[in-house]
Amino acid sequence: MSAALKVVRAGLFDTLQDLGRTGFMAFGMPTAGAMDRVALTLANALVSNPANTAGLEIGVMGPDLLVEADSVHVALVGPLSPALVEGPDTPPKPIESDRSHLLKRGQTLRLGMVEGSSTAYLAIAGGFALAPFMGSLSTYPRAGVGGFEGRKLAAGDALPLARDHAAPGDDRKLAAPFDYGRGPVRIVWGPQEEYFTDTGRRTFVEADYRVSKEADRMGIRFEGPAIEHAVSVAKGGADIISDGIAPGAIQVPGTGLPIVLLADRQTVGGYPKIATVASVDLPRLGRLLPGQTVRFRAVSVEDAEKLRREQEALLVRAIADFKVARPPGGIDLARLYEENLIDGVVFAHTKA
Amino acid sequence: MSVRYLSCGDTAFTVEFGNEISPEINGRVMALHAAIGRAREAGDLTGVVETVPTMRSLMVTYDPLAASRADLQPRIDMLIARGLPTGMASRRVTLPCCYDDAEFAPDLAEVAERTKKTVEQVIAAHLASPFKVYVLGFMPGLAYVAGLDRSLYLPRRAQPRVRVPRSSVAIAMDMTTIYPFESPGGWHLIGRTPLWMFDKRREQPVFLAPGDSLSFQRVDRKTFDRIAHDVEAGTFDWIKLVNAP
Repeated sequence: MSAALKVVRAGLFDTLQDLGRTGFMAFGMPTAGAMDRVALTLANALVSNPANTAGLEIGVMGPDLLVEADSVHVALVGPLSPALVEGPDTPPKPIESDRSHLLKRGQTLRLGMVEGSSTAYLAIAGGFALAPFMGSLSTYPRAGVGGFEGRKLAAGDALPLARDHAAPGDDRKLAAPFDYGRGPVRIVWGPQEEYFTDTGRRTFVEADYRVSKEADRMGIRFEGPAIEHAVSVAKGGADIISDGIAPGAIQVPGTGLPIVLLADRQTVGGYPKIATVASVDLPRLGRLLPGQTVRFRAVSVEDAEKLRREQEALLVRAIADFKVARPPGGIDLARLYEENLIDGVVFAHTKA
Repeated sequence: MSVRYLSCGDTAFTVEFGNEISPEINGRVMALHAAIGRAREAGDLTGVVETVPTMRSLMVTYDPLAASRADLQPRIDMLIARGLPTGMASRRVTLPCCYDDAEFAPDLAEVAERTKKTVEQVIAAHLASPFKVYVLGFMPGLAYVAGLDRSLYLPRRAQPRVRVPRSSVAIAMDMTTIYPFESPGGWHLIGRTPLWMFDKRREQPVFLAPGDSLSFQRVDRKTFDRIAHDVEAGTFDWIKLVNAP
């Protein structure tokens, strides 16, 4: 029997995502990919996967997954309430997030609501045994491509796994929650900031904007004061000749209300874009929930690039600082080695 | 002709060649798209991820961990300064289209009435239009194809349809398009091609590419059904639609 994770109960919006499908925007193909690149990267690192391995992006509420493999290491990143493991003969037991877990055949992972964020991630050691589409496993449901059958998961799906049993090794955990940064969301003006008045631009960076209910993988519509176009909307002030849409582009249609375009955004569009979210803060955007408010603050392209490099260094450090997660009552082998308690044995072996 | 560089955050910038739609401007966009592609194949422009051509601009996306705007912009400037060829050879693509079925062409009679032509004259004008694929976008495989005969110019329908069938051939303004999926749409439906503009089973799922020269070939319902059968079965020979430039 081939290894699989079986969806016993579907969550609300669970899709397989990697870091995105690049190289085909010229054909109108959106990149899709994880809304929170940082969380997926951490989840993958916890189970020693390359960063671009597809994991399960959990939107709003997670699924119940039955392990149909001898054993598998999985990692959960993001707050899930509850997160339980249940055996065929053992009652549900809570498990921690931000760490990996060794699961055995017949166990069921029960994942509840994502709390305080719109997304959480589950990485599987070795990844899924699925064929990429246009070089990526990111699911893009509008075209029915990528991931598992091009759609969100449904009850009864059996997600084929690349490995049938877990590689030996301890479970690991984050030393501390990752620091996404606080304060205003950093933006870079452009590409069409001149389509707005000085007053309009000031409104955009001085007002609070609230995430509306229209927030999904394609983008977030914000509510707040309208941003003034330089030319009246009736005279075409909210129309441009369509151009390319970068991740985090903030378009302002005739309503004057900003829409931030995210993973599943269309490749080109005809509304003027006042600014673009700096890539360092895209993972924060990917976590926002309806009702939350943000403020925007402008930085230069150079500063945005620098901030992104600093975040990458933080991410590398967070991975280097992973701790061994000791199973309750179990022996922590790595810690024994670290503390040289069995050093003599190793030394004797080396000498002989 | 000077270009403008527009910021799109720290992962992209747009090279804008002008603020109008013209074959000359689009020719330069496509030439830079191709020049960057060649430079990347030669191992230059490390950090560039992809380029997205539109009517009058090219968006260049990059990985800020591998390159910076300050590195890349002068290199793009150099490619432009070296001279972009205009009038580049493009693929010539011919798509079969069936206009002779009321189900396929629900707006044909209205288009004829509003443009003061007979139905046959509308079809003839569509067949004679020198079409060119400018941009793909909005949904995967949806092509904005300009060059529609000016006598067929009509604004979009006041009331968009909720469901336009896949592979519908439609016109609006100075453009034609082919719907790659069933979707909402506000263009005038004047025919249908048996081909799929997006077929995920194919190695290159999107058939049309920016820069293609395009024309339609009229087919009857019987021919339509025969081709549709082959497309459905995945046995259709797409290569024969393309002539060497």
